[in-house]
Amino acid sequence: MRWVIALVLAGLCIVAVAAGQRWLKISSDGLHDPQSPAVGLLQEPGEALGALAPDTAGNLVRWMRALDEGQIQPRTNILPETKVNLRTTEVLLKNTGEMPLVRFPHRQHTAWLDCTNCHNHLFEQKAGATKINMMAILSGEKCGVCHGAVAFPLTECKRCHSVDRDSPEHQAFGTAIVREGVPR
Amino acid sequence: MTLTPRALVLALGLAVALPVAAEYGDVVLDRNSTQQGMRAVVFPHWFHRIRYRCKVCHSELGFKMRAGANLVQMNDIIEGKFCGMCHNGQVAWAPDRCDLCHSAKPGVTAGIKGSAETKGPGKW
Repeated sequence: MRWVIALVLAGLCIVAVAAGQRWLKISSDGLHDPQSPAVGLLQEPGEALGALAPDTAGNLVRWMRALDEGQIQPRTNILPETKVNLRTTEVLLKNTGEMPLVRFPHRQHTAWLDCTNCHNHLFEQKAGATKINMMAILSGEKCGVCHGAVAFPLTECKRCHSVDRDSPEHQAFGTAIVREGVPR
Repeated sequence: MTLTPRALVLALGLAVALPVAAEYGDVVLDRNSTQQGMRAVVFPHWFHRIRYRCKVCHSELGFKMRAGANLVQMNDIIEGKFCGMCHNGQVAWAPDRCDLCHSAKPGVTAGIKGSAETKGPGKW
């Protein structure tokens, strides 16, 4: 009985701590000098991120949903002459061993990024021409330049490995590895 | 003595819960600062991406997408390059507000903090 109470208390403790400190205060985040004049002037992460679509990993924000639902309206460019490039094609990555296939959506990526952020130094423009493996990604190369650093982390396997073999989603590609994305 | 196991479980619960709390992308920049007698810069990536898409800084402003890969000098910023595109006293505070960017605790090392530190192998 004593142990049951202890476990319940411990559970409550975890919930309380997790709820109260989803994001650390700037004064106690271990990075900022608590004496710095910046503390108190800079926006607290909890204030900025707490209102956005919640996530369970990374920095606890579903950034794509926050963007799609208009919770944030980040600027696409500063210079008026900059061309904002958007794409909607999806690429199927089939060489995934025992894992489900990867469906790479251009729409979500070009909403944030420019073509030149990934092409051609990280990925060739021709679909299927780039060798990608998890070791490289885990080492911060290829997808790992962002995923694991500022985009959702590598613990979330199924968000990329989302297409089961021979599922309707797989069959929608036919024999191709590129298809036009379903419009939103 | 009867409290000991309970306290242990509580401590364990806290130990599990606490590291989970610090999950967001702050980037500590220190290519020049410490060696020139300034505090390192704490760049809140999460704050900036709410207001600007990645492509603004990583394409228009020319920031390479690797922490530590960009040599950003104060002269560049004062001339309107890199951070200086916005940190010019009009869009955001001007470069004379040194302490607002150079705000790291002494001894904090450069790199991406938060998610990558706890979820990746540490290359970032």
